[in-house]
Amino acid sequence: MRPWHKRAAIIGGGLAAVGVAAALLLNALNSNIALYVTPSEVAAGKAPHGQAFRIGGLVKDGSLKRDNLTVNFVVTDTVKEIPVAYTGILPDLFKEGRGAVVEGKLGADGRFIASEVLAKHDENYMPPEAKRAVEQAQNAAKAKP
Amino acid sequence: MTMKENKLVHWFKYASPQSFYPLAGKMIPWFWALTAAFGVAGLWISFFVAPTDAQQGEGYRIIFIHVPTSWMSMFIYIVMAGWAGLGLALNTRLSGMMAQALAPTGALMAFLSLWTGAFWGKPMWGTWWVWDARLTSELILFFLYLGFIALQAAIDDARRADKAGAILALVGVVNVPIIYFSVKWWNTLHQGSSVSLTKSPAMAMTMLWGMLLMALCLWMYSIAVTLMRARAIILEREAHTEWVKVLDEVKS
Repeated sequence: MRPWHKRAAIIGGGLAAVGVAAALLLNALNSNIALYVTPSEVAAGKAPHGQAFRIGGLVKDGSLKRDNLTVNFVVTDTVKEIPVAYTGILPDLFKEGRGAVVEGKLGADGRFIASEVLAKHDENYMPPEAKRAVEQAQNAAKAKP
Repeated sequence: MTMKENKLVHWFKYASPQSFYPLAGKMIPWFWALTAAFGVAGLWISFFVAPTDAQQGEGYRIIFIHVPTSWMSMFIYIVMAGWAGLGLALNTRLSGMMAQALAPTGALMAFLSLWTGAFWGKPMWGTWWVWDARLTSELILFFLYLGFIALQAAIDDARRADKAGAILALVGVVNVPIIYFSVKWWNTLHQGSSVSLTKSPAMAMTMLWGMLLMALCLWMYSIAVTLMRARAIILEREAHTEWVKVLDEVKS
């Protein structure tokens, strides 16, 4: 065994050890790393009690209602739904049927009082014409059954 | 002496600062020319050819800088850690110099990635910053670069500085896959990858071309400035040697 073989083996072993340590650490911190919980997790009682947390999901179609400066909408993961109330300015990408992350506290009546609303963007980038074509195709598929 | 050993000697020729110095000098103008060519083409497509995005309007064009700088910040770190590891294992002088030369460019890329991301985040998400896994791990990458630079600068003896820096660089390399896969492993505000090796890109073709050309431009830029920095480091560290003393640029 040449000396540099030995050093390379030590480096490789060290890297593997650091990798395993990082994997274990991240696994242990899993729930703290997640930015938000889903409505299903809230329904299952996994949301923190008495402190602010974030819920992520889709803004339910047709649920957005404006009342002066306050907006009411429903966040859903298509299984469970949570009604949200928020007073303030919504980001540009906030729309019905799109992803959003809301931060705030769960009220006694089951309504989530949000102090901050963030829009979650998806990874799709396309020009308006392409989007129209996609929507037309989807509508045609829906109308067919 | 066998054939194999002969070849090895040949390879190590360019690992010596003395032969690498003129070679790098010859390559630098070519990489600058390619930087300019890819940059002009990339920016032209990014601003004038690529269509407006259906959801985000014109603001999405920041991805033409944001995504390539993010890629580079991760890739440069891997290359830097690779050189550092090579230096530790083989005790070659040039490896440490290359790692040292790469670090500032990597730090710049990480900073640009975070900065442009914040500019994009404010109008699109509604916030400059969230502590989600993707953003936080990229911030850690930026700090790893700064830590590497600071550690190397703090130790006077160049060989010892290389070794200490190499260990930091190698330990930090676990962060790179964490950045890359963070959007898959955890709930994050940051969206998933639009471009990956495993599926077709979720992006219009002209947009993709703009991004790839900008990425190539940054590759060439990174190589050019790294070679220039490496030459400066070689001159500093080898200042005591005869071959440096007889160089035209040193004599004058």
